Amino acid sequence: MPIHVEIVSREEKVFEEKEADMVSIPAEDGQMGVLPHHAPTVASLGEGELIVKKGIARESFLIFGGVVDVRPDKVVVLAEIADTTFDIDQEKAQEARDHARQLLEEGLPPDEMEEARLTLRRAELQLRSISKIRTSEPIMRILGNGDEA
Amino acid sequence: MPSSREVKNRIRSVKNIGQITRALEAVSASRVRKAQAKVLASRDYAQKAMEILMNIQAATAGSGEPLHPLLAQREDVKNIMVVLITSDRGLAGAFNGNIIRVAQRFVRQAQKPIQWVTVGRKGRDAMVRMGQNVVASFIDIPDELRISDISPVAQLAKDAFTSGQVDDVFVAYTDFINTLTQRPLVLPWLPMVPHDISAYDDVRKLAEVTTTSHQDYEFEPDTASIIEQIVPRFTDVVLYQCYLESKASEHSARMVAMRNASDNAGQLVEDLTLLYNKARQAAITSEILDIVGGAESLQDTLDKKAASILEAAEASASGD
Repeated sequence: MPIHVEIVSREEKVFEEKEADMVSIPAEDGQMGVLPHHAPTVASLGEGELIVKKGIARESFLIFGGVVDVRPDKVVVLAEIADTTFDIDQEKAQEARDHARQLLEEGLPPDEMEEARLTLRRAELQLRSISKIRTSEPIMRILGNGDEA
Repeated sequence: MPSSREVKNRIRSVKNIGQITRALEAVSASRVRKAQAKVLASRDYAQKAMEILMNIQAATAGSGEPLHPLLAQREDVKNIMVVLITSDRGLAGAFNGNIIRVAQRFVRQAQKPIQWVTVGRKGRDAMVRMGQNVVASFIDIPDELRISDISPVAQLAKDAFTSGQVDDVFVAYTDFINTLTQRPLVLPWLPMVPHDISAYDDVRKLAEVTTTSHQDYEFEPDTASIIEQIVPRFTDVVLYQCYLESKASEHSARMVAMRNASDNAGQLVEDLTLLYNKARQAAITSEILDIVGGAESLQDTLDKKAASILEAAEASASGD
């Protein structure tokens, strides 16, 4: 039995795949691997990489906070932020990282500090995953994602 | 028939109105695109959030204690709160009128004391004018809305509900369907459980429950922290989505209303121009008639004069 995966962020529906084989989810207390017939679970999301596998193809997303609803045949990810890893622009990520670092050094009001820290963590995670993809074996992406996103 | 000067003045003022409505239409058109994109983008999230909540609810129903105060349904509903979402500005066709009418009908059907929370100037004015019990009013909420902008409204309602001041909270908002169609609706909001809505018109369900079977959900890291994390947030998301729907509807309604007004102004200018030309033609005709009449009477006088001179000449000739 395949798993129906839906990833929705605050801004948009990021991804949908009706026949995935496996999902690896960055839950708050550690990475959680989900195979078909998983027990119904609601988990709080941490920060990290979410991977959807279908055959030899895979798709990767960077998730920041939210919740996931796991049912035996369905996974619904409600992420505060979800970036498609393969679509990340390295230059933009670097710019965002440097800008956030600069802001943090200069000092900001407390609520903006929190936002700048999140931007920094997000940019750093993006850059790490890009370099990981660069050094890894060629990856086959899940077809149809371009239409869904 | 009005004089041509009067008609000319009217044409000028109608043309001015047409220019204003066209400008307003252009402004709404640019806002409508943004607002529509926003409402459609967050609809998925809001819907999935409710689905998750309803699933958890269905799975844990009947197990005694509700999971969260905001999920606690009260058997005896004494007081109702209605959050009425309208716009700050008018000139949006029937947008505000429709939602206020639907809210009032809901109140008549509910037959319970109502506390109103109004969002938007138009709703506040209407409710105050009708002598309703308005407990709070929010105006000038920014157009570039973030969820934090709406949280004071949500907090007020949540506090009123958890403190027992009211036992049910509804949201009256306008559901955005497309640019030409918007639907005023009432949505049962708090407690966030499936409500029995058969007694009302124009009331929507909070969410469709997809699983009814009792499932044992596991919660990571634990039930209390998950519930504490998602219930208040999803509560806000519902109101946020309602507000976005209303906003997109408002801009759409205004754009359509202004387009109609511009079209009508154009039509009116055409009609008035015809009238003006008729009046001008009438003036010319009467002027010509005046001249012709004048010339004729002049001719008469001349003829008479000539006749009298001739008569005088004849008389003197015969007198010789």
